[in-house]
Amino acid sequence: MLGKYAHLTQSLAGLRAAGTNPFTVAFDEILSPTSARLNGQTVVLLGTNNYLGLTFDESCIETAVSALQTEGTGTTGSRIANGTYSAHVALEKQVASFLGRQDAMVFTTGYQANLGIMAALAGRDDHLLLDADSHASIYDGSRLSEAQVTRFRHNDPDDLYRRLKFLADKPGDKLIVVEGIYSMLGDVAPLAEFAAVKRETGAYLLVDEAHSLGVLGENGRGLQEVAGVEADVDFVVGTFSKSLGSIGGFCASDMPGFEVLRVASRAYMFTASMPPSIAASVTQAFKVMAAKPELRRTLMRNADALYQGLSKAGFRLGPTPSPIVSVRLTSPELAVAFWNKLLARGLYVNLALPPATPARESLLRTSVSAAHSEADIRFAVDAITAVGEELGIVGAAVVA
Amino acid sequence: MPSEKDVNATIVAVIRTLDGVTPAMADAVTPETNILRDLNLDSIAVMDFIMELETAFNTVIPLDTVAEIATVGDLARAITAEQARTAA
Repeated sequence: MLGKYAHLTQSLAGLRAAGTNPFTVAFDEILSPTSARLNGQTVVLLGTNNYLGLTFDESCIETAVSALQTEGTGTTGSRIANGTYSAHVALEKQVASFLGRQDAMVFTTGYQANLGIMAALAGRDDHLLLDADSHASIYDGSRLSEAQVTRFRHNDPDDLYRRLKFLADKPGDKLIVVEGIYSMLGDVAPLAEFAAVKRETGAYLLVDEAHSLGVLGENGRGLQEVAGVEADVDFVVGTFSKSLGSIGGFCASDMPGFEVLRVASRAYMFTASMPPSIAASVTQAFKVMAAKPELRRTLMRNADALYQGLSKAGFRLGPTPSPIVSVRLTSPELAVAFWNKLLARGLYVNLALPPATPARESLLRTSVSAAHSEADIRFAVDAITAVGEELGIVGAAVVA
Repeated sequence: MPSEKDVNATIVAVIRTLDGVTPAMADAVTPETNILRDLNLDSIAVMDFIMELETAFNTVIPLDTVAEIATVGDLARAITAEQARTAA
């Protein structure tokens, strides 16, 4: 039965032989948004997507505890079957209000938000146009839809336009799907240009702001706010598991009749709704995020310091500074060795290997938090640089 | 509109540019060549291959139709049919 996974079993054995298996790390204890104990050793966490560091925010914890005590541990079913809690309604109002949208619906995870929304929006005669570097949840959502799926080259509005022209005579709605910040290299979509293509071709536009909500924009509304194209974005999808420090996903929109998706989206209808304690903590996290814009400034300062430090050391990184900073390496073996050596020095980062990476690169992926101290960032730059020199990737050995 | 033979030649030319495909593998391509197995492509590599073909043929090949394509011959027929439909 599991024979078809022989190649994966072999790869995992190779990872175990090289040290700790990066994909089965189990922390002894989480100490703070930026530190944990792992096998008795304290490690700096530089791969959590905890952009604003809100996982230990006291007000979020207190709100969650209060909801836990008054409404219990879970909803034990879907909102369609078991009904909606006041905490769900409050969160949906909060999401819509934060994003300046008429409506919002929440999902139990961000992954399910993409699954549920894309499968419900795009029907048999419709067309989905996906950026080639889209997240797995977008690809999986497209497979659950019955729509015809076309990929366009990553971050290439001209290529999107060309493909939409080929599809111009075909019936059905066209939905363009892009992301605010891409999770592997931290690069940002040219959203103003995509919005122009959308306007010219009459397509619809969905933006997944999973990594950019609370991170980009004067008010944290993501790339759509930075690009000044909120009016062109028909559907905003996102997650509560990154800048908001919890779990869950959402879709927000101004489209008339949006409510019908509650009885059309299977990933919304046929799974248990989020526990009220989670909904309450996320609602509070939105308030904290709005009240503390300085968190975004600290995040960006930390991101810039890490990016510049590693760039100066000679590493190949993503195209622009962002809270996701990835070191691009030439082989999976080198990346695994690098990752293990960093862990031994007390630095935890993410390992991303082909085929899950753009252009089949092997990546040491880091994500920065507003909760990191300047000392944490210096420690990370020093550790990564030292291991890079030890492995002959940067430093005098390379220049010579 | 290109003939099926021209379509085949262009497909082989695109195959030559793919990572992991040796000149010997490209030389051995026939209409019966299985895209996944014989060209050693994983699911992402197949999607990238399709994108290159779309550029070469100035067309779109929706991913949902790719599930029905196993061999290079299947691919050539799908592209020829799409081009005939567009030209009509």
